[in-house]
Amino acid sequence: MALWSATQSVGSDRSARTGIRRRQLSDRAIQWLFIAPTLILLVAMNIFPLFYSLFLSFTNYSAISAAAPVWVGLGNYQHILSDKQLWTYFATTGRYAVAAVGLETLLGFGLAMLLREKFRASGFITTLILVPMMLSPVVVGLFWKLIFNPQSGIFNYLLGFAAGQGPDWLKDPKLALWAVVIVDVWMWAPFVMLLCLSGLNAIPEYLYEAAVIDRASPWFQFWRITLPQVAPLLLIAVLFRTIEAFKAFDLVMGLTGGGPGDATELIAVNLYRIAFPPQFQTGLGSALAYIILVLIVAISNLYIRSLSRIRGEV
Amino acid sequence: MKKLALLLVLLMVLPLAACGPAATTPPAAQPTTAPAVKELTIMWAQWDPADYLQKIGQLYEQETGIKVTVIQEPWGSFYNRVAAEWAAHGTAFDMVVGDSQWLGQAATQGHYLELTDFLKSEGIDKTVTEATLTYYGEYPTGSGRYWAYPTEGDAVGWAYRKDLFENPEEKAAFKAKYGYDLDVPKTWEQLYQIAEFFTRPDKGLYGVAIYTQKDYDGITMGFENVFFSWGADWKDPKTNEVKGWVNSPQAVEALEFYRKLYAFAPPGSSNDFFAECNNHFTAGEVAMAMNYFAFFPALSNPATNPYASVTGFFAVPAGPTGQRFAALGGQGLSINAYISPERQEAAKNFIRWFAREDIQRKWAEFGGYTCNKAVLASDAFLKAQPYNPAFADTMQVVKDFWNVPVYGQLLEVVQRELQAYVVGGQGTAKEVLDRIAEEHDKILRQAGLIK
Repeated sequence: MALWSATQSVGSDRSARTGIRRRQLSDRAIQWLFIAPTLILLVAMNIFPLFYSLFLSFTNYSAISAAAPVWVGLGNYQHILSDKQLWTYFATTGRYAVAAVGLETLLGFGLAMLLREKFRASGFITTLILVPMMLSPVVVGLFWKLIFNPQSGIFNYLLGFAAGQGPDWLKDPKLALWAVVIVDVWMWAPFVMLLCLSGLNAIPEYLYEAAVIDRASPWFQFWRITLPQVAPLLLIAVLFRTIEAFKAFDLVMGLTGGGPGDATELIAVNLYRIAFPPQFQTGLGSALAYIILVLIVAISNLYIRSLSRIRGEV
Repeated sequence: MKKLALLLVLLMVLPLAACGPAATTPPAAQPTTAPAVKELTIMWAQWDPADYLQKIGQLYEQETGIKVTVIQEPWGSFYNRVAAEWAAHGTAFDMVVGDSQWLGQAATQGHYLELTDFLKSEGIDKTVTEATLTYYGEYPTGSGRYWAYPTEGDAVGWAYRKDLFENPEEKAAFKAKYGYDLDVPKTWEQLYQIAEFFTRPDKGLYGVAIYTQKDYDGITMGFENVFFSWGADWKDPKTNEVKGWVNSPQAVEALEFYRKLYAFAPPGSSNDFFAECNNHFTAGEVAMAMNYFAFFPALSNPATNPYASVTGFFAVPAGPTGQRFAALGGQGLSINAYISPERQEAAKNFIRWFAREDIQRKWAEFGGYTCNKAVLASDAFLKAQPYNPAFADTMQVVKDFWNVPVYGQLLEVVQRELQAYVVGGQGTAKEVLDRIAEEHDKILRQAGLIK
């Protein structure tokens, strides 16, 4: 009995002390306790590298050099903006982005329209269509290399060419970029389809019923109901794919390595060559990365403005 | 209180006790029987030769009690890992088996310990072939300053299908067409004709597999065999001037030749390097394949090459004026400049031991490509592997790309321009080489390498 009461008294004493301690922590302190780990990680992994790389972009720093960064002002930016070769890579990236994103949008939206209608095994077919976007881009690049082989690949065969008679897609500078576009569309049109499909499924059925009562044509229904309703999601898909197109690297490296010559040398691929082996020009690479970042932010802003206009927010 | 006083006294006395004897004992009196350094680490890429070096390390441990560990890093991240250590002045490895192209950067930035006096005083410099000492160890070229011990010799050679070359019907048809016997080519012109002869797309057979890859140094390493053999060079060896050298008439001819040769490569060869060249060969698609000797063990192994029993090897053929050069691969063993003097000494001891002829013989037996002159010339070595005679021959005629700190920028220009012309068929050889000369000149002037 004595032991029980002693234990009770110790227990109540402890809880009282804990209670006091808890009371000492304000709500704001507890909030900070929860937020702090995330904030620390964010600062360490994102904010600091962002500003540090901005600083490096004004220096001649090389990550493998023992020498400290030397301030060169706008030298790196000047070098990039006056380098014709880099402008060629920007132009190639632009062409690639327009072609790939354009085709992905058309194909993805078309597939979504088809799969919107439920039919037998439509779920299974939807899953099958989604498989390419789940694969590793490097692996996709490597096996499409075999598919494009003019002697043994299936691509030319499907186009109706006999073995060895069709074009060599990865060797011809005029076709190589299209080869990369085709593979990117194959891989990412399902992503656009997925977003469009969710947009299409969210359109209330009564809108179409009202349109039918008003004897609206199928084209009118598509133009005035379907497209405006899906547009926000479609634009988000286009935004994501455009950003990805400017960052395209692994697929190109697996498929063409940037060649032949500079036919498929996208800006992200060249950024890798500048910033990593064998050049390791970290300062110049950082400056190029910032130029790409500004470009992506500018393009994203255009999309976001369009999105706001569609939603009637502007 | 007593305890505290005792502690204070001890704290005052202990440092004195520690310093006293050391200050009075001469260095020579220190025990030398037990080595102070108990283990050494060597950084290398992840491939078979690194395993062979680990075996060598085990022999060293048996002899000296010093454990040697070879850290293997995948090729893709090998340079990054080493470069990160350099940047941090790290001591994660005592020695590194580094690429010849790293020499300039590592030497000028102080990452490698200079080995000139060590290699010369020990006579080690005389044990390896001159070309390997120059290209694996010397920086600047021709300066007589050495930074690495030539360890894994490697260069571009050729594999060929003996069953095709020795087939009587093929021999007769070849002689009827070209007027001389079908045999291992002695000149590039003969190699071209043999490639042309065996190119039969209807039968899925092609003449050659050659390097065409744009990434890193693929196509440059392939082209260099022709470029150097035609008498061309990347620079004036005295002044580093490139204009008139890179785009010399010989260089133009050599590039035109390499493009003509590419016409006899199998379809889909637009981005080929060592793996792809071996793949074409083992798939029976080509009569001849260019590759580094380091990748030939796979071609003489029946488990990886169904044509292994009928695979032969030959060294790079001669150009129009009889000159013969092979593009250099391989690496030299260097000491990390950031480790302690004691460890540097231990690393030198390892190199001194490793450079011994009997150990180099072991190295070759395990599968390493020795650069030791005596071993290369020995009968045992020449008969050990079917590709060894060609290797020993090639090691006398190797030549390399730039190894200055800006070699990466120089290489990127060459890779881009060569691939556009050879694979993409864009422009003329003269235009391409003029552009390379122009850009190289700009890069080298900015780097202060051309006055």
